[in-house]
Amino acid sequence: MKFNFSGEQEEFRSNLRRFLTDHAPAKEARRLMETDAGWERDGWRKLNEALGLTAMRIPEAYGGHGFGFGELGIVLEEMGRALLCAPYFATAVLATGAILNAGTEADKQALLPDIALGETIATLACAEDSGQWDAAATTLIATPSGGGYRLDGHKSFVLDGHTADTIVVLGRTPGSAGDAGLSFFTVSGDASGLERRLLKTMDPTRKLARLTFNGVEAKLLGEAGTAAAPFARTMLEAAVCLANEMVGGAERLREDALAYSKMRMQFGRQIASFQSMKHKAADMLLEVELAKSAAYYAAAALDDGDADIAAIASLAKACASDTYTQTAVHAVQIHGGIGFTWDNDTHLWFKRAKSSEVLFGDAHHHREQMMRHWAA
Amino acid sequence: MSELNEATVRAEVRAWLEANWDPNLGLVEWREKLAESGWGNPHWPSAWHGRDLPVGLAPVVEEEFKRIGAVGVAKAGIRVLAAATILAHGSDMQKAKFLRRSMTGEDTWCQLFSEPGSGSDVAGAVTRADFKGNQWVVNGQKVWTTSAHKADWGLLLARTDWDKPKHAGLSYFVLDMKQPGVTVHPLKQMNGHASFNQVFITDAIVPPDMLVGEVGQGWAVTTTTLMHERRGADGLRSWAQASDREGRCYDEERAEIKTTMEPYKWYPQRAGRVDLIVQRAKETGHFDDPVVRQEIAKVLIISKAAEWTARRARTAQEQGRPQGPEGSLGKLASSYIARAAARVHTQLTGADALLTGEDSPMGGVIAEILVSVPATSIAGGTDEIQHNIIAERVLSMPKEHSVDTGKPFRDVPRNTVG
Repeated sequence: MKFNFSGEQEEFRSNLRRFLTDHAPAKEARRLMETDAGWERDGWRKLNEALGLTAMRIPEAYGGHGFGFGELGIVLEEMGRALLCAPYFATAVLATGAILNAGTEADKQALLPDIALGETIATLACAEDSGQWDAAATTLIATPSGGGYRLDGHKSFVLDGHTADTIVVLGRTPGSAGDAGLSFFTVSGDASGLERRLLKTMDPTRKLARLTFNGVEAKLLGEAGTAAAPFARTMLEAAVCLANEMVGGAERLREDALAYSKMRMQFGRQIASFQSMKHKAADMLLEVELAKSAAYYAAAALDDGDADIAAIASLAKACASDTYTQTAVHAVQIHGGIGFTWDNDTHLWFKRAKSSEVLFGDAHHHREQMMRHWAA
Repeated sequence: MSELNEATVRAEVRAWLEANWDPNLGLVEWREKLAESGWGNPHWPSAWHGRDLPVGLAPVVEEEFKRIGAVGVAKAGIRVLAAATILAHGSDMQKAKFLRRSMTGEDTWCQLFSEPGSGSDVAGAVTRADFKGNQWVVNGQKVWTTSAHKADWGLLLARTDWDKPKHAGLSYFVLDMKQPGVTVHPLKQMNGHASFNQVFITDAIVPPDMLVGEVGQGWAVTTTTLMHERRGADGLRSWAQASDREGRCYDEERAEIKTTMEPYKWYPQRAGRVDLIVQRAKETGHFDDPVVRQEIAKVLIISKAAEWTARRARTAQEQGRPQGPEGSLGKLASSYIARAAARVHTQLTGADALLTGEDSPMGGVIAEILVSVPATSIAGGTDEIQHNIIAERVLSMPKEHSVDTGKPFRDVPRNTVG
């Protein structure tokens, strides 16, 4: 399997990086993170008009570009690097993934073209108060009602759940347990009986919501009772995509800290001239490059249909979780006192590292998952 | 000669091999033919046993050798570095004397660079060569010398001028190892093996025509040797894959490889044997222990990520792109992997880690891992030096302030050894 980027992919990356440097500087992240929504339609439209990013992975039959995870990984890595505030992960990875993996042909025709155009913001509501991204932990109840369903229960840690136009919800039929009786549903963001509360997040650039469902009308997505497998697949894709986003952020932190160490003078010399700094910087480079290789390999493995993909995805997420957080810790340390201030940008990525470390399962969880799939 | 391209080279070497290859020839006899024809080292100059073939086409020749099963020239050991160095810096006399015999494997070589007082700082060598009468007289001590006890010749770095700054006072010689002034003692390591030697040099003689390059140019010549060593670090050991075919030539090659590879037999253990971890966890009943599983997973993750990083670097090279940072990180990664693997092996082995040899698991392999891993972060450039190299060459961080260059070497503070 080859997993080096082609010349075309590298060109796409540099165009995207230029666009994000111009349109999504850190001060824009600072502005948007103070808003409740966390993003703005105008910026989102510009991004999609210029680069068609939400259409990346959607097949051409549904109005998309039909690219693979290799390309999607590039997009996410660059967004992680820029700390872009946009509902991209929720829409283009989670909701799009669930619809592609679970949806019927009619579902895809109905839902994907608007997502591809950037008209519909969508998300996936799966975890609940227990904080598990595991289908079996689902307690939200879906009861058949008329031609559709009625949802009762709650969801939490829902990415952009307070602003999404369409919410894909994982629920179960009354009396079912484990992986049985699980189905996906779609719910409109403004449905009656749906209460959306913005959660206070430690990482203000990653907005999460808690949703309460009181007899909310929902449409079935895909075949009833069969959501466990497509959900697992969607989470696996999410782990790989997040790992790619994370290595982008980690590399940015590493580069910024290195640049600072070359600029900062103490004891009459650049602090970058001290061996303690040089050795730390070399270790940071090693760690980030290893995590990048794992993330790139996992994206290529998704595209290639590698039989070990479940293990590889968890490997990439575990590696990225440890690396991003460790890089952030080093980056603050290299900056010294100023790195602990609000005005310095390091903490923005530090917090993104923390939220990414835990989202969809921490390194501990994914190491165990990897062992189950690989070394069984 | 017809135009050089892959197809013509392939056809030419194939025809030559079909006409000449005979597994029942003696090894040296066959390699003489390789040296005469130029197919043994086709990228070498045609004046010196080669065919002026671009390096990029050398793999085509290798493939044809493999296809027909023909034995190649001697590739294992320091003789390869000696040949590359002499080819680059040696006199015509030296080329004539050594190149052909390096290919046939008749000469065995060793490298006399490191000293007890200069490890990471190779250019701080204090072994001295003084020109007396009409010859060089050498005195000093070298260390970490693989195969010195079998070597005919040594690549010697020695100080010829103590008033010049450290790099400028060095010269490079070929030392006849079979002379009374050269004494070789095995150097026993903490894992019980003795893969290396100490070489004591007392009034050993080097004739003037065994100086390689000019007086005072020793560091530049050494750099050539080291560059080839780094480039082929794995090649020196992995190239020598013995064939299991029948024939006199194969028999003699097998014997040669066995001798050359002897010092390296514990090398798999020093890398930590990640490949044994899951099997050992199952055998020892620790596989279901959630704490142990976490530690196993950590080792597997870094080991896989390092493997993929090396692949990224290779693919980039194949695509003709400049090497990215991923290329210089492998050595450091393998240190971390080896250490982490040794920790896990200890955890899996429990009280049995108190034992060694036949009383211990896997006939001593596990014990050998535990006492061999410390070599990984030292041999071939310590982790500390690797960190500096990455920081300075990849990350462009400032070089350490130097206190020993720019002044006469005799004024530089140094170790007092022997």
